[in-house]
Amino acid sequence: MVASSLQLRDVGKSFPAPDQPLTRQPVLETISISLEAGELVSLVGPSGCGKSTLLRLIAGLDFPDSGELLVDEEPISGPSAERGLVFQDPNLFPWLTVRRNIEAGLAARGVLQQKRSEVKEFMRLVGLEAFADAYPHHLSGGMAQRVALARALINHPKVLLLDEPLGALDAFTRMRMQDEVLRLWQNRRTTMLLVTHDIDEAIYMSDRIIILTQRPGTIEQIIPIALDRPRDRSSSDFLSLRSEILELLHFAGNRTSEVTA
Amino acid sequence: MLQGQKISRQSQVTVGSVPSDQVRAESTERYALSAQEKKHPTAALLTVPVTAALALGIHLFVAKNEPPNESRTYTIVLGSFFAGAIVAAVMQRWWPALQTRMRRFRPLFTVGVLLLCVWEVITSGFRMLPLPYFPSPAGVVQSMINDRGLLFDSTWHSLVLLLSGYLLGVVAGLVTGVCIGWSGPARYWGMPLLKVVGPIPATAWIPLAMVISPSALISAAGLIALAVWFPVTMLTASGISNTRASYLDVARTLGANARYLVFRIAIPAALPSIFVGLFMGLGASFLTLVVAESVGVKSGLGWYVSWAQGWAEYGKVYAALVIMAVFFSTIMTLLFKLRDRVLVWQKGMIRW
Repeated sequence: MVASSLQLRDVGKSFPAPDQPLTRQPVLETISISLEAGELVSLVGPSGCGKSTLLRLIAGLDFPDSGELLVDEEPISGPSAERGLVFQDPNLFPWLTVRRNIEAGLAARGVLQQKRSEVKEFMRLVGLEAFADAYPHHLSGGMAQRVALARALINHPKVLLLDEPLGALDAFTRMRMQDEVLRLWQNRRTTMLLVTHDIDEAIYMSDRIIILTQRPGTIEQIIPIALDRPRDRSSSDFLSLRSEILELLHFAGNRTSEVTA
Repeated sequence: MLQGQKISRQSQVTVGSVPSDQVRAESTERYALSAQEKKHPTAALLTVPVTAALALGIHLFVAKNEPPNESRTYTIVLGSFFAGAIVAAVMQRWWPALQTRMRRFRPLFTVGVLLLCVWEVITSGFRMLPLPYFPSPAGVVQSMINDRGLLFDSTWHSLVLLLSGYLLGVVAGLVTGVCIGWSGPARYWGMPLLKVVGPIPATAWIPLAMVISPSALISAAGLIALAVWFPVTMLTASGISNTRASYLDVARTLGANARYLVFRIAIPAALPSIFVGLFMGLGASFLTLVVAESVGVKSGLGWYVSWAQGWAEYGKVYAALVIMAVFFSTIMTLLFKLRDRVLVWQKGMIRW
């Protein structure tokens, strides 16, 4: 099995307030989520509701104040190559070429020699063979994000955490990249947790959408998306789901302030 | 940091491992024909030869004021320059690379030769400056040729001393800089020491170095290393501690261990800053080298300058200064080349 299940039980996290270092502000409260292996779930919520914090907790880069996080029933004790993370900023290492950026995961685990053949496969997967020896600042935003995806995927993570990975892209590139991410997910069947601001993206991509409340973030609602794939962004089912979610987020009837960017 | 930026501005366009077409196109554009050059292409071509001829003329005119052997040597030097300029002016028609290069250096050569003329006129020509303190260019060239053996020997000793001190300082600075930049405890204990001891100019330790060290050479190498160590440590530490946290986060989710984080993420990310430290350290090492050679070490260009001054042979003093200038700027250029190669990934990201 290439995917892991993920359980969050009553997870809470607080940070020191910026102006009063001695008091702590809660960011997340009593979050309980369960992801089945191979599921694609979106996290949607207002800015500052702790979506990114939640991903950092699952990645093992931060630790919760309360509650527990389990991957395949095992508690998360720190970062691991089994849980890949892709940020909004591709964060490619600027001193490495595209090829070496993609190889970084193998090199970090010390298995580059054995698995070098896979590098080519992943460059082909994201369509960047022609740019193997280019440095990151020569790439467009979409290309850079594809490299970041390939870099995360080369370790065959059982969970892939995506923190608004397409947020900085223009609308057309974003829609194309959504299909690419879906294709990668369907090929590899990794468990995916996607943070997004874009309701359309969430509906288009995910099996379920988790809507978080204002800070401190708690779960407001979980909406299963039962539409067949590939989904049609303009079908009536799609649009009615969309208005249902917008209503939940209190944006219905006020089209000028849609959260969809 | 300011100094570092200044240094990077000074750096020239270098080819390195970047597509050289791009660089060539850029420099061709930058040194394209000016409007005047287009109007009088032959005149522009002849600027350098004509200036060289002028210098030769002035020299032959004032030569009666100079000792004959000095005069002859300098005539040969100017004559070869003149011949070279003629050959280059003719050759460039068939050699585009030379043409670009000539176009770029023509104003510099012209002004340089004119300055030599001025120098010769006010020394040998009108005797406006007192001897023996201000010899003519012919005198300096002659001293350089007469004393070439000792000058070569001094340059070699300076090179060995400089490189041993510099490399020692760089290695020590990189090690302490990485430790201070990466580890909390090392920063807590190392930073105050660095802030208190570091700013003392290395030359201020000379009295102590003379007492504790068995040989002047070893103490000089130690002082140079100390002078280099401070800026390299400071800038390495700051580069390491300013590594973007997200690079480290990404690497950790890719399965990186501490060793990978330090050597493959933090150090590469700190390299631009480390190079600023290397340049500052190189400047400090030149200073310390010359001072150490003037006061304790009995060899090298610094020693040669003070020795020649003791005998009031100012021609030799200037000869040594000219060699020092060439020597130091060559080393500086080599460091620039190394930086251009190592930081090639920055090309296009920042202004070089």
